[in-house]
Amino acid sequence: MTAAKTLYDKIWDAHVVHEAEDGTCLLYIDRHLVHEVTSPQAFEGLRMAGRQVRAPEKTIAVPDHNVPTTTDRAKGIDNEESRIQVEALDSNAKDFGINYYPVSDIRQGIVHIVGPEQGWTLPGMTVVCGDSHTATHGAFGALAHGIGTSEVEHVLATQTLIQKKSKNMKVEITGQLRPGVTAKDITLAVIGKTGTAGGNGHVIEYCGEAIRALSMEGRMTVCNMAIEGGARAGLIAPDETTFEYVMGRPHAPKGAQWEAALNWWKTLKTDEGAHFDKVVTIRGEDIAPVVTWGTSPEDVLPITETVPAPEDFKGGKVDAARRSLEYMGLKPGTPLSEIPIDAVFIGSCTNGRIEDLRAAAAILKGKHIAPGVRGMVVPGSGLVRMQAEEEGLAEIFQDAGFEWRMAGCSMCLAMNPDQLAPEERCASTSNRNFEGRQGFKGRTHLMSPAMAAAAAITGRLTDVRNLM
Amino acid sequence: MDKFTTLTGIAAPLPLINVDTDMIIPKQFLKTIKRSGLGVNLFDEMRYDTDGNENPDFVLNKPAYRNAEILVAGDNFGCGSSREHAPWAIKDFGIRCVIAPSFADIFYNNCFKNGILPIVLPQEDVDKLMDDAERGANAIITVDLENQTITGPDGGSISFEIDSFKKHCLLNGLDDISLTLEKAAAIDTFEDRAAQSRPWV
Ligand code: SF4
Repeated sequence: MTAAKTLYDKIWDAHVVHEAEDGTCLLYIDRHLVHEVTSPQAFEGLRMAGRQVRAPEKTIAVPDHNVPTTTDRAKGIDNEESRIQVEALDSNAKDFGINYYPVSDIRQGIVHIVGPEQGWTLPGMTVVCGDSHTATHGAFGALAHGIGTSEVEHVLATQTLIQKKSKNMKVEITGQLRPGVTAKDITLAVIGKTGTAGGNGHVIEYCGEAIRALSMEGRMTVCNMAIEGGARAGLIAPDETTFEYVMGRPHAPKGAQWEAALNWWKTLKTDEGAHFDKVVTIRGEDIAPVVTWGTSPEDVLPITETVPAPEDFKGGKVDAARRSLEYMGLKPGTPLSEIPIDAVFIGSCTNGRIEDLRAAAAILKGKHIAPGVRGMVVPGSGLVRMQAEEEGLAEIFQDAGFEWRMAGCSMCLAMNPDQLAPEERCASTSNRNFEGRQGFKGRTHLMSPAMAAAAAITGRLTDVRNLM
Repeated sequence: MDKFTTLTGIAAPLPLINVDTDMIIPKQFLKTIKRSGLGVNLFDEMRYDTDGNENPDFVLNKPAYRNAEILVAGDNFGCGSSREHAPWAIKDFGIRCVIAPSFADIFYNNCFKNGILPIVLPQEDVDKLMDDAERGANAIITVDLENQTITGPDGGSISFEIDSFKKHCLLNGLDDISLTLEKAAAIDTFEDRAAQSRPWV
């Protein structure tokens, strides 16, 4: 009898090209996603060594971090360095013959949204990208993780990655979510519980009834932030929801190959009795709509709570919390729901999919953004944008006073013109509230799209359940 | 890649936990298409004020630490993005070794690709080295990768763990891609097999 395996074990085993005595493995990579920021030095390395891309047909590139998201962007990028970086990707994609979605293509968008949307991401695959939020693709039951630029070059040249196996961690969300609670609240609540280093050295498999009940969009939101919990990757076993999403996508298998793929995909689940090195269980009913108050994604609290004091913590976190509160300009004891905001950002690879826009629009319908607050909606891809326009969501956002933008990373990281001013406070659906992430000295509160919409209406952090 | 064998140098203390990659090198410096030149912007937002003047309180701006080659830091160092600009900036500044109770995964791996040695030590050992580092230019620490030891200014020695393959590559300055290309036949075989078993990939 073979030993019981986890989902991670199964995908790993199916991709080992070579294993050295010390356990260092050469892992085959099925999909390599590329964007403009972490790839130029890798392509330059290939050129200098006279190497080719080993599997250009498995390599997909799209510019996203630097691209402007205003509707007039066809006129080009003003910032010279940004322009050079995007142009470098244009020419590298052409020179090396890889799949490419340039800024002018309706399918262009955030790399982690484009991959699944085009059917490049499939269950059981290994997927890498020079970007930590590659974890997103784990929603399909694909082993997906971020790599550095040297590793990007390594994958380009060899279609493999040198890896040691991580440990298995199980995060189970039992039962059902209460109204107003979404996938974003799940993933933030998990990080709040485990801390940002809680998953270090592990691959997380998310399971349980509340995870099963999520759509693919929701599952991508959950896996997206596995990295914020320190995990190498996050995984969700594929099921009918997954297969339904994948079927018919441009690069999904068809006909007999679809049947063959499906047969294998259905075996991709953790066996009864498989060993996990770490287990975390949270009751779905216990999760509330949450927001972050500090500058680490682990600084999470239900919206009904108050800003904590540094003394509430232990060890190194006392100083970290003091620094966070100073940076965020917050006083301990202030109810979170009384914190006024200046900006709202709805978008990013965490929450820039159609379902996210629907959730925000449902709250905003017929309402208007509070005076003095600026709001920005940035669809995750050109196709999401188009669909939202067809469904009338764009109109709801615009009527509510939001700017309706073109696809890109936008204010998730402010490498483009979309940025917070110093001390500007933002209700954001992105994934990082680090100092300066959304602009120099900008202040970020992470939350779900519905919560961000609620904050837009009242002009302060708000419990979305009061507006439902 | 540059070899790492032994290093004797000044250790700078950075007693913060969760030092993220945005702190190490903020995003406005990721627009380069080169690997070099990032050292001046290492820890940019802590190191300079809004007008670009040096903040005299930041450790690497203090005369004693300007030539630091070792950094002693808190838990979960390098968390956040996958940007290799973080180790590039650290190395370009002149730091070749970072010591902390734990590191974020991707950052840890990225260090090895750039000839930087990240060392994980128990909190008590890091605390001791942090104390040593606070003594400024008098805190000369020696890191010996071959023997896996750190010797402090008082001569006390601490040993550390490291993956044997990573150690081997660092000691010899081996380039991963050349090593992997030696296994090209195994990759070919794998692809042939996968084309049969998973033709849709
Ligand atoms: S949307 Fe944000 S987190 Fe996602 S890839 Fe872009 S910058 Fe990274």
